[in-house]
Amino acid sequence: MIDESTVRHVSKLARIDLTDGEVRKFSGQLEKVFGYMEILNEVDVLGAAETSQVTGLKNVTEKDEIVRGQAGRGELLKCTELPVDSNQIRVSRAVK
Amino acid sequence: MSLNKLTIKEAGQGLRGRDFSSEELTKACFEEIDGKNVGLNAFVELDREGALEQARAVDEKLAGGEELPILAGVPCAVKDIINTKGVRTTCCSPILRDFVPPYDATVVEKLKEQGMVMLGKTNLDEFACGASTEHSFFGVTKNPHNVKCVAGGSSGGSAAAVAADMCVYSVGTDTGGSIRQPASFCGVYGLKPTYGRVSRSGVTSMASSWDTIGPIAKSVEDIALVMQAIAGRDRRDLTTLDVAVPDYSSFLNGNVKGLKIGLPKEYFGEGVKKEVTDLVMNVVEKLRESGAIVKEVSLPMTKYAVAVYYITMPAELSANLERFDGVRYGKKPVKPSDDLVDYYFKARGEGFGDEIKRRIMIGTYVLSAGYYDAYYKKAQKVRTLIIRDFERVFEEVDVLAAPVSPFPAFEIGELVDDPLAMYMADVLTIPANAAGIPAISCPVGNTIAGLPVGLQFMAPQFEEGRLLTAASVLENL
Repeated sequence: MIDESTVRHVSKLARIDLTDGEVRKFSGQLEKVFGYMEILNEVDVLGAAETSQVTGLKNVTEKDEIVRGQAGRGELLKCTELPVDSNQIRVSRAVK
Repeated sequence: MSLNKLTIKEAGQGLRGRDFSSEELTKACFEEIDGKNVGLNAFVELDREGALEQARAVDEKLAGGEELPILAGVPCAVKDIINTKGVRTTCCSPILRDFVPPYDATVVEKLKEQGMVMLGKTNLDEFACGASTEHSFFGVTKNPHNVKCVAGGSSGGSAAAVAADMCVYSVGTDTGGSIRQPASFCGVYGLKPTYGRVSRSGVTSMASSWDTIGPIAKSVEDIALVMQAIAGRDRRDLTTLDVAVPDYSSFLNGNVKGLKIGLPKEYFGEGVKKEVTDLVMNVVEKLRESGAIVKEVSLPMTKYAVAVYYITMPAELSANLERFDGVRYGKKPVKPSDDLVDYYFKARGEGFGDEIKRRIMIGTYVLSAGYYDAYYKKAQKVRTLIIRDFERVFEEVDVLAAPVSPFPAFEIGELVDDPLAMYMADVLTIPANAAGIPAISCPVGNTIAGLPVGLQFMAPQFEEGRLLTAASVLENL
């Protein structure tokens, strides 16, 4: 059941501010979407593995070498609107 | 003939024959864009100076007698989710509205090595989430065949730009049908490659285990030429495979004699418009006359693909978009808070559009404690069964043929307030993404109302060549 309190709870987990109007709208829409998902209960998945990757890749290790990125530190720092101080970005306080 | 209407092959020949210059060809595309883009809204950013500079550089080399790749000097449009160094790349989201990437995506880098002229960036549903381009921060892209209708999505701008001859070819992305469906709605060719065939480096991730990048073009031959340039292993995307890239043009031999074509009956069932089925079957019949062996097959898991997709894709999307917090990526909120967590809430609340918020909510919910097994794990298991379906039928047939979309382009606004109905628009394209197999969308004619209909061929992983053979025969029917 995706009611308004569930929507508010999930929006907290997802760290998104929602307006009261959005909460109302999403609860109705998501209720319908998750109602549709019930179709998967018809499927017998006994013995089926979970697929998270489709081309059979395996983890590999690489040589411990420095590979330069495509953008340097200066170029990356230009991408922020926040104040830059000693090659670092100044953000709001995390711990009070 | 207007230069902007040429295919890559024709443009390449004209440039080498000195019939016209790349600068003239590029200017012809910009003239078309200037005349049509206000009405169609296919491009969201233009790089006139950069494009003309690239064109002149190619002209100079050709004048000097240099041998250049076929794509050199040919104007291209790039979906605005693909990073272009120095040219604004927004993903059509408010949270990235001012972002100028400091580097090129691998696919752009590869096309630049070929001498591409990059005209600009094309419209999409925000972060490629949608089937109509109605979820774009820049407004909807209109269908060149009927401006009351959508161009499809999410690569709606890329498909419309090609269909309206505003460029010679374009590049899009396909996570659940985002190249094939707009290509079919706009009456052009679009190829979704095998997962891992084209590098995703520098393309903003939507759903990492589903995302692919591919060409949209005016001919099958052009699709082969662009694939040749962009396919291959890339150490910046370790999901690309070390599988040799074949000579794609060699598959355009125009012979389907003995080719086994399967018609999955589930793709012709309830909900698929008769006009669509009739146009597709008309072409299939002609392929049979040309020597193909056509038989009905069954992919019983097809009807579960939408549910699998709309559980696992939002799960991956919500994880991928976690970094858009106004600090690491994205704009800061209008009134930034002193508290960091509150700052994140505001940046994301202001920065994401409706559909993105909806999908992040779905993804967060299915990954949350107590629901992970019921939704996410279950969907991953059903995905395995969809893959098995394809493995089984590809033991019987070489390619599958089916409609791309159950219906032609729908009217703007028709589905936008009903997310589930919009999600169902992807029902015939999602299965190929679920299995990571390649598929090509080919125009097969128009409805009585004048809207294009597309047929898709699907093949086993890394068998893009079979698709090109089948599509090239279809093109010449």
